[in-house]
Amino acid sequence: MTDHTSAYDGLLGDDSAQWAFGQDFEDPLAGVDTTLAAGVDGAALAAYCLMLGDDALVHSHRLSQWASNAPDLEEDIALANIALDLLGQARLLLARAAAADPSVVPALPAGSPVPPEDALAFFRDDADFRNVRLVEGENGDFAVTTARLLLFSTHRLALLERLRDSVDPVLAAIAAKGVKEVAYHRDHAARWCVTLARGTEESRRRMRAGLDVVWPLHHELFRTHPVEATAAEQGFGVDPAGLAADVDVLLEQVLSVGGLDRPTVPPTGPLGRGAGRDGRHTEALGRMLAEMQVVARAHPTGRW
Amino acid sequence: MSAVVDADAVTLARRAAEEVTDPEMPMLTLADLGVLRDVALEGATVVLTVTPTYSGCPALATMRDDLVHRLRERGFADVDVRVRLAPAWSSDWITERGRAALRAHGISPPGAAPATEGPTVLRLLPTRRQVACPRCGSGRTALTSEFGATACKAMYRCEECLEPFDHVKEI
Repeated sequence: MTDHTSAYDGLLGDDSAQWAFGQDFEDPLAGVDTTLAAGVDGAALAAYCLMLGDDALVHSHRLSQWASNAPDLEEDIALANIALDLLGQARLLLARAAAADPSVVPALPAGSPVPPEDALAFFRDDADFRNVRLVEGENGDFAVTTARLLLFSTHRLALLERLRDSVDPVLAAIAAKGVKEVAYHRDHAARWCVTLARGTEESRRRMRAGLDVVWPLHHELFRTHPVEATAAEQGFGVDPAGLAADVDVLLEQVLSVGGLDRPTVPPTGPLGRGAGRDGRHTEALGRMLAEMQVVARAHPTGRW
Repeated sequence: MSAVVDADAVTLARRAAEEVTDPEMPMLTLADLGVLRDVALEGATVVLTVTPTYSGCPALATMRDDLVHRLRERGFADVDVRVRLAPAWSSDWITERGRAALRAHGISPPGAAPATEGPTVLRLLPTRRQVACPRCGSGRTALTSEFGATACKAMYRCEECLEPFDHVKEI
């Protein structure tokens, strides 16, 4: 029975009906058959899903930081929606990784209610993240975000289209769903790119500058990492080198409609012994994760 | 349990599940939205199968809770809600009754979903849709944004009655 003299007492009862969103975390793969197909190595599949999941998670977080800061209200809502789609994809991919190889999930104190995909998102350090460096950069000019979203979503759509044929049925299903969503993201970025390029002198200058900021990190998306080579061999993943030509045709289409020259800035080199896929990140990721993870890490056994 | 009783139980469970409405578009039931895919009995457990509309749809947890609560109210103690990811949800799954309910509540229902096989076409111009204003019926409508208050909606405005309205996106 609820004691109305204290607003908090009622929260401690065991009647879950009082919670609008329920008391339990929901497994996004509840009831989904996560058995590995013949010839698929669970550890390799998990490593691959972490790469794709981290790309989506980190880019999602950067986009969500635009909420209340975008050029107009519609853009606030658009970027938040795109971030939400990517967060959903990240959640499914991280859950797939955890189901394929539970050893990738960071250990938490006994009794922690944190589900595996959240443990992966909130309890890994930057060196354990496998996203490309393209998605982790700080926000600044809206044109930089537009350029980054254009490069990322063009790549991701090409990737997800091929992943629909993955021998892993869960990954294939996540990809088939994602294709429908990322098609809207790519259209959105491409339209903005053309709008800014064909707008005023100032908007055109900034669109060019935005492309120059992200272009050096573009090639990292197409460099085949050993994990991706294994994924392609075992039939559950895609060799990203094979996407480059198709992505290039689409980017050329956007650049030419916008009357933009292809940036000539050279690619950024590796950091130490590797790049984002090896856990070698720019300083920006550490700062972003510090903010994103602080509450979860302070309360590893917390219930929300 | 005999086969006849089982069949009755499934019918009752289905009836209960089909009454549950979408938390964000409460004029629609989950059945009319096409999210509720299957109702079955496994022993004494009612198994409900749902397909999320969008990967990041935050309403899915609420949908699951609403389904479980409704079934428990009707005397089904054991309820298991399972996710089915493939085939992916399509706006084509919204029933005719669902479309009429959307229209009646000022939301424009989706047109036919685009084909999803092969490479996706890049659309550099605003998506062309035949969208009628759900308030005044005018076809003179303009897209404000492809993204709206929920993942599944775009924003439009009517150039006749000047009112803004939501349109459920084709996906």
